[in-house]
Order: sequence, then structure tokens, then C-alpha cells
Amino acid sequence: MRLLKWFVIFFVTAAFANPEQDQLLFRQHYQKLFPKLKLQDYADGIYAIDADARESWQIIEEFPPYELAIEAGEKWFNEPFANGKHYSDCLPNKGIAISHLYPKWDESQGKVITLALALNQCLEKNGEKPLPYQKGKIAEILAYLAYTSRDKLINIKIPDTDPRALKAYQQGKQYYYQRRGQLNFSCAICHVQNAGKFIRSERLSPSLGHTSNWPTYRLKWGEIGTLHRRFIGCHRQIRAKIPEPQSDELRNLEYFLSYMGNGIPINGPSIRK
Amino acid sequence: MRLFLLLSFFGLASCVTKTPPSEHKIPMPGKQLAFTRSKGNCLACHVIEDGESPGNFGPPLKAIQKKFKSKQQLRQQIWNATQFNPNTSMPPFGRNKILTEQEIDKVVDYIWQLP
Ligand code: HEC
Ligand code: HEC
Repeated sequence: MRLLKWFVIFFVTAAFANPEQDQLLFRQHYQKLFPKLKLQDYADGIYAIDADARESWQIIEEFPPYELAIEAGEKWFNEPFANGKHYSDCLPNKGIAISHLYPKWDESQGKVITLALALNQCLEKNGEKPLPYQKGKIAEILAYLAYTSRDKLINIKIPDTDPRALKAYQQGKQYYYQRRGQLNFSCAICHVQNAGKFIRSERLSPSLGHTSNWPTYRLKWGEIGTLHRRFIGCHRQIRAKIPEPQSDELRNLEYFLSYMGNGIPINGPSIRK
Repeated sequence: MRLFLLLSFFGLASCVTKTPPSEHKIPMPGKQLAFTRSKGNCLACHVIEDGESPGNFGPPLKAIQKKFKSKQQLRQQIWNATQFNPNTSMPPFGRNKILTEQEIDKVVDYIWQLP
């Protein structure tokens, strides 16, 4: 039975090994569900499909609670390390307006590099301590960097010069469709199969555009948090084993989801319930 | 008589000391098991009677006896819905031990009699 399951997963992934094909099918599904939406509308998550939620969001946006995080992030970002170097020395274009290009496949390291991981690698390279990944300083720096990237279109590449890139993408995809946890859910059951429906009083957003609005100020958190913190929250809801933020699993998952969202504008930092 | 009194005293006493007045120590009736978030949470996906803010993944639960031939069949749907529909979103309450066997029996009794 277990073997059968693996065969099925193997053939399904093999049959649609082409990420472009995946992307097409993924979008066609949402087009059928929400025929009025244009691609860029998906940057707004649940607000793209729920008029009431959208209205209260627009009121909060008049005095956005993430503004302080952007300011703090800019300050941290420009503060020199003990050796006099800066984050900007580690990043393309000095870190400005690059959020839409992450995560990136890094051939020399043989893994997916998210912007959060790039920041921590920069710290370590310069003899500084890495930052915790879910909230606080790193979320603030990412908020500032996302702010400088607003309206840039997500543009994720899976280079065919390195077969390991495609493999990482496929692992992310498999993780997304795999059932897990005591409640036996996959990400897709909630955010593909049942997007737009209600689970109790909570309406489910489409996964298309899920990586555009980060980091996000969640009213529930009362602060700004990272995408991987949200991933972990969804694991908790289904009583699944909690993965580490920035683990291979979650970086590959982010790679897959971001690729699905190519062409959608970055509008982080943002606000969610 | 004296023995009876003595026993019931100890019975009571052990109730007081061993069982704190927390909810989950007192067995829940079927309806409560079906509604409570940390238990069945069937309302997450189904409209049921007067249950508040139900979701809509699944059909409203009513007139179940028109759909299921027996309580046993209903029990199987709740124990592991994936055996009837491999793509279902409904959690396998028995197989994954989300509810105990006794709790499932109570939920079945409750759902079975819904008009
Ligand atoms: C049982 C249902 C359920 C499952 C399974 C689930 N989620 Fe969620 N998720 C939610 C709910 C509810 C929200 C909050 C409302 C919304 O935006 O959809 C949410 C929100 C999110 C958000 C934030 C969206 C935004 O616009 O800010 C992301 C990202 C996300 N989920 C990713 C995932 C991933 C990845 C998985 C699988 C590892 C997953 N979810 C599994 C229910 C679920
Ligand atoms: C996360 C979603 C979800 C939860 C939670 C859930 N169900 Fe379901 N249920 C469904 C869906 C979807 C169906 C439709 C058939 C299918 O997919 O198996 C269904 C079908 C049913 C049916 C068959 C109804 C019919 O008309 O054919 C019964 C009975 C049922 N569920 C009972 C329950 C009970 C009792 C609970 C709680 C202990 C529960 N469900 C919790 C999603 C859910």
C-alpha cells in the first residue's frame, strides 16, 4: 500500500515534471474558481475574494501597523557590522528592490536560497550571530527590503543548467500536495481544493500569490512575522510535525509556491487577520 | 448500609481529588463532541442544527438515515472517510485517533437521529 502510494506520487510528478505545465494547471484551477480575478489581484490574498474583509483591510491600511517595522528594518539594514561591512555588501543591487527575485537557486551551494537565509549567511560570513527566523529583527529587515521591492513582479527561475534545481522544486511541490498531521490535510486540500470556502468562520485564500505579501503584520500576532512563521502556523492547525523555519523542506516549498506566483507583484509588508 | 455509605463517600472523595473540574474529564455528550473545536469540530465543515459559524467544505448534516443504510455505515464514514473518497478533506477521526472509539459511538448516535 505504501509502495503503491509512492508509485502514484512518482508517476504524478513524472507526468507533470515540467514546472511551466504545473503553473498553467495551477492557475487554470483558480481561473475557474474566481473568473473575475486578474493575475496581479492574487497579491491581496483573502482580500482578493472577500469583499467584507477587503473593506476592513483598507481602513487599517490608512494607518498601517507595519510602518514602524519598515523604519526599524531600514535602521538595522544600514547599521554596520563589527567589521565595518554591511548587509548590502552581500546582496545584488545592494539589497534594494530584489525581494521579487527570491528564493533563488544557488548552484555553488546546491540549494535554494531565500532572502532570509541570504541575510543570515551574510551575518555569519562577517562573524556575526545569525538571527532567529520567525519574527523580530529579521522580519523587520525583510519588511524594509520588501518595501523597496513593491510592485516588482515575482520572477523565480529554475535554471536548467543544474538538475538539482528542478529536484528542489519538485520536492517543494510534493510537500505541498502530501497529506500530513493527525488531521490528514495537505496544503492543497485547504488552499486549492477548498479555496474560497469556509472552514468554520475562516475563509480560505488561494495559494496563488501566497508569497507576495511577506513579511506580514498579523492582528493575531500583534506584530510582523515571516512567511515561514505562517507556514508553521498552518502545520500546527492540522496537528502535524512542526518543521524548522528555513529547513530544506520549507525553503523548497517556498521555491515551488513562488514559482507558481511568477508575475504577481510584491506588496509586502502587508496586513492580515 | 454502612458499607454502602462508606463506599459512596470514598467514591465521591476520589471524584473530588482525582478529577479536577476541567471539562475533558467529564464525558461529553455526542452533540458537544461534534461541536467542540478540540474534539470532532464537525462544524468546521458541516452545517449542523443550531451550531454557530459552520464551514462549508461538506454537505449539511441532516436526515442522515436517508443517505446511510445503517449506523455502522455512518460510523465507517466518520472513522475513515478516505475509504469512500480518497480525495476527501474529512479527517479520519477513528484511524488517526482524533476521537476515541467511545466518542465516535456517541457522535454516531447524535448524527444518526438528526432530522
Ligand atoms: C486546515 C486548513 C489549512 C491547511 C491544511 C493549510 N492552511 Fe494555510 N491557511 C489556512 C487558513 C484558515 C489561513 C488564514 C486565511 C487565509 O489567508 O487563507 C491560512 C493562511 C495561509 C497563508 C497566509 C496567506 C496570506 O495571504 O497571508 C499561507 C502562506 C499559507 N496558509 C500556506 C499554507 C501552506 C504552505 C500549507 C501546507 C504546509 C497550508 N497553508 C496548509 C488554513 C490551512
Ligand atoms: C475538514 C472538513 C471536514 C470535517 C472536519 C468533517 N467533515 Fe464530514 N465531510 C466532509 C466532506 C468534504 C464530505 C463530503 C463527502 C466526502 O468528501 O467524503 C463529508 C461528508 C460527511 C458525511 C456524509 C454526508 C452525506 O450527506 O453524504 C457525514 C455523515 C459526515 N461527513 C460526518 C462528519 C462528522 C460527524 C464530523 C465530525 C466528527 C465531520 N463529518 C467532520 C468534510 C469534513
